[in-house]
Amino acid sequence: MPAGPTQLEGGRVAEALNNAMPGIVTTSNDEWVEVDSMRLGEALHWLHDSSEFDAAQLSNLCGVDYHDHFAMVYYLQSLDRNHQIVVKARVADHEAPALPSAYPVYKGALLQEREVFDLMGINFEGHPDMRRIFLWDGFPGHPLRKDFLGIGEGLTSGLRRFPFENKENPDRLLNRDNIIPDPSQEVPDGWTGAAPA
Amino acid sequence: MTNASEPYVLNIGPQHPSTHGVFRIRVVMDGERILDLDMIVGYLHRSMEKLAEERTYTQNIPFTDRADYLAAMSSNLGLCLAAERLADVEVPERASYLRVIFAELQRIASHAMANGTLVSDAGAWQTPLLYMFREREKILDLFEMTCGARLTTNYMRIGGVAFEPPPEFWPALQELVDELPDRISEYEELLTQNEIFIARTRGVGVITPEDAINGSLVGPALRGSGVPWDLRKAEPYCVYDRMEFDIPIGTTGDVYDRFMVRLAETRESVKILRQSIAGIPDGPHKTDIPLALRPEPGEVYGRVEGPRGEIGFYLVSDGGPAPYRFHIRAPSLINLSLLREMAQGVALSDAVVALGSMDIVVGEIDR
Repeated sequence: MPAGPTQLEGGRVAEALNNAMPGIVTTSNDEWVEVDSMRLGEALHWLHDSSEFDAAQLSNLCGVDYHDHFAMVYYLQSLDRNHQIVVKARVADHEAPALPSAYPVYKGALLQEREVFDLMGINFEGHPDMRRIFLWDGFPGHPLRKDFLGIGEGLTSGLRRFPFENKENPDRLLNRDNIIPDPSQEVPDGWTGAAPA
Repeated sequence: MTNASEPYVLNIGPQHPSTHGVFRIRVVMDGERILDLDMIVGYLHRSMEKLAEERTYTQNIPFTDRADYLAAMSSNLGLCLAAERLADVEVPERASYLRVIFAELQRIASHAMANGTLVSDAGAWQTPLLYMFREREKILDLFEMTCGARLTTNYMRIGGVAFEPPPEFWPALQELVDELPDRISEYEELLTQNEIFIARTRGVGVITPEDAINGSLVGPALRGSGVPWDLRKAEPYCVYDRMEFDIPIGTTGDVYDRFMVRLAETRESVKILRQSIAGIPDGPHKTDIPLALRPEPGEVYGRVEGPRGEIGFYLVSDGGPAPYRFHIRAPSLINLSLLREMAQGVALSDAVVALGSMDIVVGEIDR
């Protein structure tokens, strides 16, 4: 539904990838194509060199923690053909996640992968300089993981309900008519707003 | 005794005027030449992406101000466009025009800062910077009269903009737009033919188009290398598809080209401002959205062309009022991917100018 205006259909990319390298695609849909995480380097290399897809630039990469696995998301950009390709890789090992680095194909991955390593704790094999970038060496844990400083009992960070939201009617608009009057905030009779003498 | 020198390590920053913020570089030097370079960042890390997971989409807008504090309007716009696509929110036409006006004003202000500090780095200490601050000041005054803040504007909202500009905004904007072309000509006369400036910037920090693309460079850093790539043309958002403007590009990809691209973009921004002022319709400046927006589960990558290039927001929704994942694609950080290669073998004074030409904002690098 919220695919970008120049985003290529994942199915089309998946078909081409599968034709070139059988078995590399694990799943795909309208928005993205998910490849076998161990063969990610091959897939990126092929898309980079392919004249049809011409994925010349790695415009964005980031990781998402889904509690039991990680998803790495790569936004590839063709500048000549003006389209965007979204490649995902599922990292099943939540304890010691590792993935081939995109650096051999895209030099732009240098700092972005260090960021993911620092904050999400995913190790990129083949990266020339795999160090923390924002936090110092010895910082305990990886803050963007959902279980970082976990509060236990299956609870994780995040916001379930906005504190000022009306539970009975969560879709209420931020309109003046819909503001529920608060008796304690009512203006007393005869109040003019002027400062007391 | 011989004349051979030993390599030594020099530490620049984190508190240093030529690093443009709390940014530290360790360089291994052999005399004046840089052998190796390591950048050390994170002094401004505020864990925005983690904090954002516990705040609603609207509550996250002020974080984007504080990421790129020299281009708050553009970052605001990026988040709002991404959230609008995720939650399927319509934006009134007048709001789109107001967004374009403020984003372009922000671009002029940011480029003035970038070029001013670059010229300072190159040795023209402070005088051109203060000339450029003259115009930036007027733009910040316009921001202040509209939303009360000069840097951390928090002006855009999901579904439009926060406020209608006050009546005195429009004459002040018109006056600014009328005088800007003369001011830009003034800079060109002062700097573009200046012998010392050319000697310090021509042929320095050269990036080939292939490297620029492969190194994920965006914005003036990419266009300076001669790649005509601008999201306002490639993937028009708001009402940019109705505007007529050109994409200035450089030829050799050196510091001088990046400087000239920024200067020329300022002229293009003035063109866009003129067309926006002429074309802005009447109507509401925002649509009402639920207090706690709950987009359908899904993910979106929204992006805008900020002054430093593509500012992207990758949002994942799980149906709750806060994003499940909130990632900012920070052009300042990613534009530094080639810094080490650029610096190796050049003189320290040239590396400082090359870093200045990348126009970094450390708040956005660290987030």
